[in-house]
Amino acid sequence: MKNVFSHCPRILAGLNRLMATQTNMTVEQTIRQKLQETFQPKFLEVINESYMHNVPKGSETHFKVVVVSEKFDSQPMIKRHRMVNEVLKDELSSGVHALSIMTKTPQQWNESGNNIGKSPPCRGGAGL
Amino acid sequence: MIRLLKPIFFEAASKNVFRTMVARYSVATGSKEHIDSLVKGKKVVVFMKGTPEAPRCGFSNAVVQILNFHGVENYSAHDVLADENLRKGIKDYTNWPTIPQVFIGGEFVGGCDIMLEMHKNGELIEELKKVDIKSALLDQEKGNKKEG
Repeated sequence: MKNVFSHCPRILAGLNRLMATQTNMTVEQTIRQKLQETFQPKFLEVINESYMHNVPKGSETHFKVVVVSEKFDSQPMIKRHRMVNEVLKDELSSGVHALSIMTKTPQQWNESGNNIGKSPPCRGGAGL
Repeated sequence: MIRLLKPIFFEAASKNVFRTMVARYSVATGSKEHIDSLVKGKKVVVFMKGTPEAPRCGFSNAVVQILNFHGVENYSAHDVLADENLRKGIKDYTNWPTIPQVFIGGEFVGGCDIMLEMHKNGELIEELKKVDIKSALLDQEKGNKKEG
């Protein structure tokens, strides 16, 4: 059903909200819960960046997640990203179409000075 | 008249229109074989939203900027917004859900976040070296040292 509307972010966003109200959870909350359960992170941040893009107010389409977990120890970055993508597979195949991922081990997190970088500005094609 | 126009029309059609038609309507552009042919044996290949001249997504733009920064010029870029089959096909090919996607030496490297990280930690210079591309950053560093 959702694939049919993959070209139309407005309908998708609406569908998304509808689904979320059915389970009484926003997409943001679902993402947070799934990452929490899987990675038991030392630090977790789920940021809804949809407001930065060309989508209706209240949309849940663009997210940034910061996950600091020991489960990333000795895993190359591409593998870490794959782990996160896998956990959020359902969200990514429905309404969420942009996901910025930052994965660090607790040690790397301390060394980096707990710094979360900024996402690049939108270029207008956000709903595409 | 028709005889005269026919070759002209045919040539134009075979070059541009036909290529666009294939890109837009053929399922084959999303096939593993087709994507293999796009990435294998190529130094740097980017699947993005929009074109390097006019990216239509901030993440795609970031990848273009990083490549510019390293002086990588002759990479091939494929606009997934112009070809829905390719857009879906590339995601299946790499089992990676988001665009942009970057290949170096035929190998999938990652998306925007990974390119940015590799740029920051110097790995990108090494990856480019593997395909005989000397990052422009190396020249800059040399220049700076000379001046210093």
